[in-house]
Order: sequence, then structure tokens, then C-alpha cells
Amino acid sequence: MSLLEVQAVSKAFGGIQALSNCSITVEQGTITGLIGPNGSGKTTLFNVITGYESLDSGEIRFDGRVITGEKHDQVFGLGIGRTFQLTRVFPRLTVLENMHVAMPRKGIRGLLKYWGPSQEQRQALDLLDFVRLITLKDEPAGNLSYGQKKLLELALILVVQPQMILLDEPAGGVNPTMINELAGFIRTLNEHKGITFLVVEHNMEFVMGLCHSVHVMHRGTTIAAGPPAMVRKNPAVLEAYLGV
Amino acid sequence: MKPAQLSRLLQLLALVALVTFIGIFPVVIAPNDTVNTIAVFTLIGAIAVVGWNIFSGYSGYISLGHSVFYGFGAYTLGLASLDWHISGGWEPFLLLPLAGLVAGAFALPLGWIGLRTQRRTFVVISIAWVFIFQLLAYNLRGITGGSNGVFMPLTPWVAPYADLPFYYVAFAVLLVAVFVSWWIRHSKFGLGLLAIRDDEDRALGLDVKTAPFKLTAYVLSAVFVGMAGAIFAYYVGSVYPDQGFNPAVDITIVIMGFLGGMGTVAGPLIGALLVTPLQQWLDLQFGGQGVNLMIYGVLFLAILLLLPRGIVPSLQERWRTWRAARKHGWLTAHPLQARSNQPAERRGEG
Repeated sequence: MSLLEVQAVSKAFGGIQALSNCSITVEQGTITGLIGPNGSGKTTLFNVITGYESLDSGEIRFDGRVITGEKHDQVFGLGIGRTFQLTRVFPRLTVLENMHVAMPRKGIRGLLKYWGPSQEQRQALDLLDFVRLITLKDEPAGNLSYGQKKLLELALILVVQPQMILLDEPAGGVNPTMINELAGFIRTLNEHKGITFLVVEHNMEFVMGLCHSVHVMHRGTTIAAGPPAMVRKNPAVLEAYLGV
Repeated sequence: MKPAQLSRLLQLLALVALVTFIGIFPVVIAPNDTVNTIAVFTLIGAIAVVGWNIFSGYSGYISLGHSVFYGFGAYTLGLASLDWHISGGWEPFLLLPLAGLVAGAFALPLGWIGLRTQRRTFVVISIAWVFIFQLLAYNLRGITGGSNGVFMPLTPWVAPYADLPFYYVAFAVLLVAVFVSWWIRHSKFGLGLLAIRDDEDRALGLDVKTAPFKLTAYVLSAVFVGMAGAIFAYYVGSVYPDQGFNPAVDITIVIMGFLGGMGTVAGPLIGALLVTPLQQWLDLQFGGQGVNLMIYGVLFLAILLLLPRGIVPSLQERWRTWRAARKHGWLTAHPLQARSNQPAERRGEG
């Protein structure tokens, strides 16, 4: 059984069919790429999976459980974290405070307590150390560079120890050094923590070097899937990208 | 000493100095009725803006209608004193918690309805509450006495010490308000409110319970504004619909909040300590031909121009820059620059 199964999902915005009968599966423990020309429905698919958009038809299963129609906070609680194409951190909170927002706390007494008891603080600092933002922990997140914000976003969702992370264009607008750094973090998390990744990305070098398998989307549906080397030579993919 | 410790020590010293100053102020100045009157109004304004900040400052939802709760508090104290035949003196002060609770109880449905909207729409809705309840207060004569107003119990205290009970009661309530505000700012609940201020939808995505958080903060802030209104009404001796539900109170609260710095614990307090005395002093000096309002307007514009984020956040930014400069040497004044100058060994393994 695959970890994530998206079956025949459709979604229209007015007259525009963003997703039509789109199906993909993501195997447990893999890094899966999702590529396709602009407007092919990649981000919409992400939004539908993570509950930011409702879907018109189809079914989504995560870990054997139907999650179709769950809201984004519920999906997050089930262990699917995501990052956004345009980074979304809390700009006026410090980097460390950003981490604590994501820390789960149950009950009213938990909410009234100071936000950083030692154990939570330790976990937050460890994660910041992992993404190498520890020296910036007291800096307002709005002052970070674009790439650093992406790292912070990654650290934010690691707080809840998700089974699966969806990354929306993690390398977009990030300098080459940090792209390599980011790829390293993703690989480490995948190998050592067993986190499954689904990555939308336009940077082919990044996708081909990182992913175990790649799905290609075009006009709201998947037109090819397989290992990077095979997908690269697929005539349908070449046609979608190059229009030949 | 580490900068963090130094910062904490300075904050503590400032707090002790401020509390001592406010605590002994009337003893040092007294007996001076004019100054003491201004001081009482200042403390009442401070309670209101500290309360308002718990909701509007932390969550970023600007309420221009918290004077509704000011009015509920004022009428609660007046009507309860009348109905229960409470005579002037210390007893009406015992009604302050009730005034706060009534304001909070009204805040529950008002917040539940108003907070269903986006934050820009909410500003307008909040203003509407003021006018709706002002109209109701004028027209529900059976309860409020309409435009005749409600008279508070007469106090037995005589000049020059008549203001002191009000002063110290307001001071005590203010201390409670600041403590609650400080607690919230350092709790997970308050952090959630600040996250809502920065990006509400993202906060919801990270499992922050945004709707209950906002409503709770709204009710809590109403409790303190209600108590401020009750002290005000008892102090001036009466409450009328246009005084209880008074848009000018809202404007003053917002100015105090903006000047001091919204979303901080100390900001609203500092704003209140500056704005009310200034306002009252200008009234006394230039009140005759309305010159006071012109000066007031010019000052307000100057503040917006020079300190758009408020005093406390601006100072915090200076402090941060100074600390970073000390840590990384004066040439790289910013830690972000310092990081990008690090050698290549810090680069990723990918």
C-alpha cells in the first residue's frame, strides 16, 4: 500500500479545469518529484491534498485512511506538513517564537503556560540547529533572506514530526549554495527520519538529482511517472514541455 | 553580563521605577486637585488601552469600538448602585469586578458575531457597535434613563484628598491589567494571537485554534475596558449615552496604543502616560479657542511620521541593532550580513 494515494481527483475554478481526473501515488520512504509546465495544476494538487482547497470529485487516501474533505489543520494533525511557494513565516515573531507557534500544546492550562519549557525549547533549538538557523534565533523572521525563510518553514513543520512533507518549489528564488544545502537537509530527513517527500520544483537539476521517482503533470492530469532518467526521455513529457 | 540578562535587568529596573513613581506620585505632588485629576484620568486611560491591547495589539484586529465596554462598565456600576442602594464611598468599588464581568458577558456575542469577518471589515463592525449601543442607551429609557443619564453615588471624600481613592483603585486595577497582559504575552495563548496577527491562515494551518483564541482575547480585553469605564463614571459622578458609548474614547485608546506600540506589554502603558496628560494639559492651556485640538493634531501627525511603529517597537529595534553590532563588530552591523560572510565550511553537504 502506498503512503499517499490520489485517485481521479478533479477540481475546477469557474470555467478552468485545474485538475481533471488526476491520480498519483507516493510510496512510503521515497522522495517523489512533481513537475510540469506552469499552470499544469501542481500547486492546486498540493492545496487539495493538504485541505486548503476542496475538491469536486475523486478520493485521497493517506496511510490507508480517506482524508478527502478534511480541513488543513486536520490534515496537518494527521502528519502531512507542507511549505508554500511564497514562504509563509510569521514575520514579526522571532525565529524561535515561530518554532513555538507550531509546537503542539493541549488543554487550557498548556495554553496559559509560558511558551518555552525546557523540553520544548530543546526540541525547537535542535531543529533550528539542524537547519543552521540557530545563530538567528532571536532575529525577527521577516529579516531573514528568502532561502533562510524556506529553511525556517521546513523547521516549522518538522516540529510535529510529520510522516510526509509536501514542498512547493523549495528551490525557487534561492541561491545555488543554499539549494545544495536544502537538498542535503531533505536527503538527511528522508534517510535518517524516514520522512516521505513530495516535491514540486521547476529546477530540473534539483529534481533529477534528488528524487527517486518523478510524476509529470500537464493540463491538470499526470502524463508520465517513473524514475527521473526514464521520465526525461518520455516523448509525452518532451511534448508537454517543448511543444514538439 | 550577557546582553539578554542586561536587557532583562533594565526592563525590571524600569518597571520598578515606574511602579514606584506612579505609587508615590500623588503623595509627592498632593495636594493639587488639577494634577491629581489629570493623574486619575491618565490611569483610567491606561487600564483601557492595556485592556484593548490584549485583543487588538496582540491579534492585530483593530477594534474601534471598545468604548462599548467602557459604557457597559459605567452603566453597570451606576445602575447596580441605584438598584441596590449602595451609598458613596468604597462600596461602589466592590462593583468593579461585576462591571468587568458584564462587559465581558456582552463581549461574548458581540465578538462571536463581529469576528466572523475579515480584519478590515471587523474595524467597521466594531465602530457600528458603539453607535448601536449609544442609540439603545438613548432610547431604552426604562433602563438607562435615556438622555437624563444615570447618577453615581456621591462620595464622602473632600478636597484636597477626594481624588486619592480613585487614584489608588485605578492603580491597582492597572497593575492587574498589566500583569494579565504580560502573562498572555509570554504564554502559548499570546504567541498564538501574535501568529494570528502576522498570518492568520498560516497559523490555522499550524493548528492554532484561531477563532476561540480571538474570542477569548476579545472578552478578556472587554473586562478591563469595562472596569475602566466604571471607575471613570464613578469618578465624574454620572454617565450619559454619549459619554458611555463615546467614539472619542475609542480614538484616544487607539492613539495611545499606536504611540506606545501595539502588541507589546509596555507600549500601551507608555502611550497612556504620555497622551492623557498631554491632552489634559493642552485643554487647560489652550482650550479657549480650540487651539489645543490643532496642536494635538499636529503632534499626532508628527508621531505617525516619525514613529509609525510606536515608541517601544522602535526602541526594541535600536536595541537589537546595537546588540548585533556589539556582537559582530561595528562593520557588520547586522547578524544576517555576518552570517553570509562566513567561510565556505558552513555550506551544505548536498
